[in-house]
Amino acid sequence: MHAPAPTSAVPAVRFAGVARHFGAVRAVDGVDLSIAPGEFFAMLGPSGSGKTTCLRLIAGFEQPDAGHIEIFGETVEGLPPYRRPVNTVFQDYALFPHLSVGENVAYGLKVRGVARAEREKLAREALALVKLAGLEARRPAQLSGGQRQRVALARALVVRPKVLLLDEPLGALDLKLREEMQVELKSLQRALGLSFVFVTHDQGEALSMADRVAVFNEGRIVQVGPPETVYERPANRFVAAFVGAANVIEPDMAVALGAASGLYSLRPEKIALLAPGVPAPDGAAAIEASVVDVSYQGAVRRLAVRTTAGVALTAAVPASHRAPASGDSVRLAIPLGALMPMEAET
Amino acid sequence: MSLATFDLPSPREGALRRFSDLLLRRGHLIVLLLLAPPLIWLGLVYLGSLFVFLGQSIFSIDEFSGTIVREPTTATLLELFRPANFDILMRTVGIATAVTLLCAVIAFPIAYYAARYAGPRAKAAFYLAVMMPLWSSYLVKVYGWKLLLAKEGAISWFAGRLGLDGALDAWLSLPLVGGPSLSVSYTGMVLTFTYLWLPFMILPVQAALERVPASLIEAAGDLGAGPGYTFRSVILPLAMPGVVAGAVFTFSLTLGDYIVPQIIGTSALVLGQAVYTLQGTAGNIPLAAAFSLVPILVMALFLTLAKRTGAFDAM
Repeated sequence: MHAPAPTSAVPAVRFAGVARHFGAVRAVDGVDLSIAPGEFFAMLGPSGSGKTTCLRLIAGFEQPDAGHIEIFGETVEGLPPYRRPVNTVFQDYALFPHLSVGENVAYGLKVRGVARAEREKLAREALALVKLAGLEARRPAQLSGGQRQRVALARALVVRPKVLLLDEPLGALDLKLREEMQVELKSLQRALGLSFVFVTHDQGEALSMADRVAVFNEGRIVQVGPPETVYERPANRFVAAFVGAANVIEPDMAVALGAASGLYSLRPEKIALLAPGVPAPDGAAAIEASVVDVSYQGAVRRLAVRTTAGVALTAAVPASHRAPASGDSVRLAIPLGALMPMEAET
Repeated sequence: MSLATFDLPSPREGALRRFSDLLLRRGHLIVLLLLAPPLIWLGLVYLGSLFVFLGQSIFSIDEFSGTIVREPTTATLLELFRPANFDILMRTVGIATAVTLLCAVIAFPIAYYAARYAGPRAKAAFYLAVMMPLWSSYLVKVYGWKLLLAKEGAISWFAGRLGLDGALDAWLSLPLVGGPSLSVSYTGMVLTFTYLWLPFMILPVQAALERVPASLIEAAGDLGAGPGYTFRSVILPLAMPGVVAGAVFTFSLTLGDYIVPQIIGTSALVLGQAVYTLQGTAGNIPLAAAFSLVPILVMALFLTLAKRTGAFDAM
């Protein structure tokens, strides 16, 4: 179900050892990546992790201090944005306030010298594609946030980019609209067969939309892979904590549980509550813990517990279970197969 | 110490506190209290006296006795169209237009640098540099320019050293803009006005440019527009409200000034001088009022045209 991982075909975007420094700040610090044609690629990370700078390096708003960038095999270092076959959907949408919606969408066509009748037709089609037909004459100020976002999308798509860049495209929308747009963006990307590169700090957004996710931290990519891999098998402590708040099992605890010594991640939903007197199932270790905090989250209850050895863990148990209260002693079952080894730390 | 036992004494009740309560409950009361003094000043003292003065333009003056005839007539207003008076109007509007255009052309790059490229320190220096001329005496600056522009002045000396005295003489021999020397020509007058009013153009243009989000300029580039096209299609239209605001200052300040043309320039009168002479020595208040109407009408026309051409669309 994933788009093909980058293979022999010319990658849509390729970074080799790319660095971009702002004074002493290493915003992007030696990034290698390869984005396949037709791939929906997410750059995920906290603010200041270098993901937005990477997007701006592809767009041409920034130039690398070191390294090499190619778009469909063509070197683009030194090329200004207006000479690159990519287009951007800006975080603040960046619609021209003095132009109508139709003129905004037709802007890139006008720059390219497309005749008026033709560009009006193409702009109408692009607006219909994002379900905004008939709003050509409005001003951006007269639109809702969600509509502005669609206009920005239409404006970028109408000039037929080879790669579409999206900078936190859904950040300013409310939850319901964001979920709708996630579905729509994804089906649009499938229909157009374009490479989408999108930047987000929301792991849910990255996991649900992308074919592959690159997790950024401190100017570097710390893990790249399909959403399932990044979620299920975080490469290190940072990814485990940032993508879905997994537990980190330290080597001594791993040994105590009966696994080989090493650093592991453990997803909260893999931990089960054991009824009193019931032995742990095969392949699972039982541990005693006391409940520190319980928070109800609809489908699951999140339990913050402390083991008798003093280790803090988070467990997500089905909300249908009888809820333990803070201070209760509980027995937990940890399936050893759910312990995912992570990179050793130096 | 637990939070429950932590108790602050309540503030004491007093007349001032009850008055604050009243103001908070009745929001319009505080607005009224705050606005009444400035509204009385602006409405009655300032606009009121202006309209009373302008109202004089429907009266006329008795040619023999020199007294004001308080009967409504259009004769005074029509006098503006007499060739001698109409020349004054056209001359003044022409000078003001030239000053405004020159100010806009000089101010834009400066304002653009300050708004988009200057760091915090450079920006502080920029504000200081733009504002400082406004702190010094107007007359000192005008007389300074008279010396700069004089036949033996710094400008002609520089022109001579650069071997450009021929060009200067050629310019001065042109009709209309030329004259015996820069200090007694329209060119000199326009240069002096431009120097005087430039800050009034730079500051609003800079403010307008600062409100243009950087992402709009990036978006234009992203969509394929080179720097020139981006400037014409995005930056200039969005800065237009600032240019118009600056133009209102430079235009109206030039229309009303009567000192610069006295010190620098030709013997031909401009509007400000005409009003000055008419209401002073000549005692012709009605005609002075009629002349004073002109800048207001010109500015109204200018703003209407600016609105028509979409200068305020981005506001």
